[in-house]
Amino acid sequence: MIDQTERRVISVIVMNEASVLSRIVGLFSGRGYNIESLTVAPIPESKYSRITIVTAGSVRVVEQITKQLHKLIPVLKVYEHADLVETEMALVKIPMSESLGDVEALTHAYNGRILDVGSDTMIVMVSDEPMRVNHFLEAIKRFHPKEIVRSGSVALER
Amino acid sequence: MQISGAQMVIEALIAEEVEVVFGYPGGAIMNVYDEIYKQRSFQHILTRHEQAAVHAAEGYAKATGKVGVAMITSGPGFTNAVTGLADAYMDSIPLVVISGQVPMSLIGTDAFQEIDAVGISRSCTKHNYLVTDAADLPRILKEAFYIARTGRPGPVHVDIPKDVTAQIAKFDYSKEVELESYKPTTKGNARQIKKAIEAIAASKRPLLYLGGGVISSGAADLVREFSKLTQIPAVETLMALGTLRYDDPLLISMLGMHGSYAANMAMSETDLVIGLGARFDDRVTGKLSEFAKNAQIIHVDIDPASVSKLVHAHFPIVGDVKNVLKQMILLASKQVDPARFESWHNTIANFNKLHPLSYKEEGDRLKPQWVVERIGQLLGDSANISTDVGQHQMWTAQFYPFTRPRQWISSGGLGTMGFGFPAAMGVKRADMERVSINITGDGSILMNIQELMTAVEYKLPVVNIILNNNFLGMVRQWQTLFYDKRHSQTDLSMQPDFVKLAEAFGGVGYRVNTKEEFDAALKDAVEKDVVAIIDVVVNRFENVLPMVPAGGSLFNMMLEYKEK
Repeated sequence: MIDQTERRVISVIVMNEASVLSRIVGLFSGRGYNIESLTVAPIPESKYSRITIVTAGSVRVVEQITKQLHKLIPVLKVYEHADLVETEMALVKIPMSESLGDVEALTHAYNGRILDVGSDTMIVMVSDEPMRVNHFLEAIKRFHPKEIVRSGSVALER
Repeated sequence: MQISGAQMVIEALIAEEVEVVFGYPGGAIMNVYDEIYKQRSFQHILTRHEQAAVHAAEGYAKATGKVGVAMITSGPGFTNAVTGLADAYMDSIPLVVISGQVPMSLIGTDAFQEIDAVGISRSCTKHNYLVTDAADLPRILKEAFYIARTGRPGPVHVDIPKDVTAQIAKFDYSKEVELESYKPTTKGNARQIKKAIEAIAASKRPLLYLGGGVISSGAADLVREFSKLTQIPAVETLMALGTLRYDDPLLISMLGMHGSYAANMAMSETDLVIGLGARFDDRVTGKLSEFAKNAQIIHVDIDPASVSKLVHAHFPIVGDVKNVLKQMILLASKQVDPARFESWHNTIANFNKLHPLSYKEEGDRLKPQWVVERIGQLLGDSANISTDVGQHQMWTAQFYPFTRPRQWISSGGLGTMGFGFPAAMGVKRADMERVSINITGDGSILMNIQELMTAVEYKLPVVNIILNNNFLGMVRQWQTLFYDKRHSQTDLSMQPDFVKLAEAFGGVGYRVNTKEEFDAALKDAVEKDVVAIIDVVVNRFENVLPMVPAGGSLFNMMLEYKEK
């Protein structure tokens, strides 16, 4: 149980200063932890940024990651496995030869919409829990997607 | 006060009461060196290599407990210093290392002597800074010293572009350091401490496991008090030697890969480990799943990330060992009955009797262990002992009679050959009254041999004692034991004349083959008070024993080596 590898979301509040991101990324690579996704942006009207990291590891490894993150001087807070509400966005480019109506219906079901329609391709966006984004990306396959980009998770404690 | 960035560096060093800077100038740091030329407040010691500057600062810091300061230039100056930074990081030594950088306008252009210094030092420093505005310099330098010496100490690197050292800005060093995101826990949770004492009172075979944190926290006296009060026996890691006197009846000895039989058996048999400022390093624990298998663990450390990192702590206590021990002593005096550990003492005494640390005198050649013991007999408390890394280091740890904290200066975590000589210079600078000995090997000494010049110039009379076996001895030992005697690239039969080498730099040299010659050489070197090399010819194939092979269990020691 304690050694079982699980997906974990870690939310880190850092001082918004030069090279703080490379400290965090360097910590993960240097100590052999893995990063599934990472997002970072400043927290409005503050001197902080929030970094959301999705990783995989056992309870013990994640506890160690959390402590090591805390040890970095510019790290203010680390939330791990708290009660987090999590969302991810994905953009998908689909050929115009597919049915616009069918695509729209599907994206709608996953909190999405059509963002852009060009002469050859359209781009759709969905924004949902990461697991549901997975489902959407599975379902969209039938419309022959040409390109897919995921944003990585963002999360807030409830 | 409006001054240049370079002047700010000087003012900050003065404000921090720095008395010595070890360094090496170069293009990007010249503005600062120009200000060093003009000041009389601190000494600058010009080492002959940047790596040595950082090791010397480490030696100084370890001997005094103060922050050591080194200064270097950009590019190769900085990269040469990286080993020192990494060494200080692994052994938690407080340093501030200031490097020059190419001007801001040239950063990122692959300019002459440009390297991404903070990119390199990020993973081997406690913290680092690239200064982009002289107005930030006073705050950054103040933070650097503060971060280096507080919490778990460590090296802080400050990289300053050349134009920033020329830039004029306001200097105000009076503001208190305020770091919202850095507040080390030093106190120790009172409830956890209470529980730990209850566990000690209930235990039958408790064991103090002392690490380098005890030394850096200045807690050795309190450890002595606690062990005397409770009669709990102790083992020390390589970094903790000197915490208890060598002849303290409660001190078993060093534990780990080359620890004594008794220390490793005690750790295997204890029912309660009381870890103080130790980090359960692999050279100490051996196979983790077998380490202190029958024991509960109390782990006191100022670094929360050290607690339960490798071995689960049943009683985790985050705090400064000194503060925690004060509370523990208070509680233990009422709750712990020292008489209950008597049969445990007997068990340990038996371990000691069964396989004491020892060596056999045989053949004509001197035994390296004898040399170490003899230095101890002749100099004892009056010497500070630095070492390099390898067999000689382990023999010194095993056989030197350490009597006080900060007497023993060695590279533990990183295991840096070439550390000893420059560190011993730093130690000498910190403690001119005592003899500064560097016990070294014929491999290690050549890794910073150029420091003979520095030691001669600045009258830092380090006595280097080479346990010369014409081998990279420790690697040779592993090759003998685990590689079927294929001594690949470890034979150092080709050697300089160390006597002439010492003399060429203005020091004195001795070549020693017998006990009488050794006594005479050491006496003469100490009396002459100049830099010395005593080249002692020792038995070539002596092994460091006992030994727990890497990844083996502590209780499974190789006690002797029999020629196949």
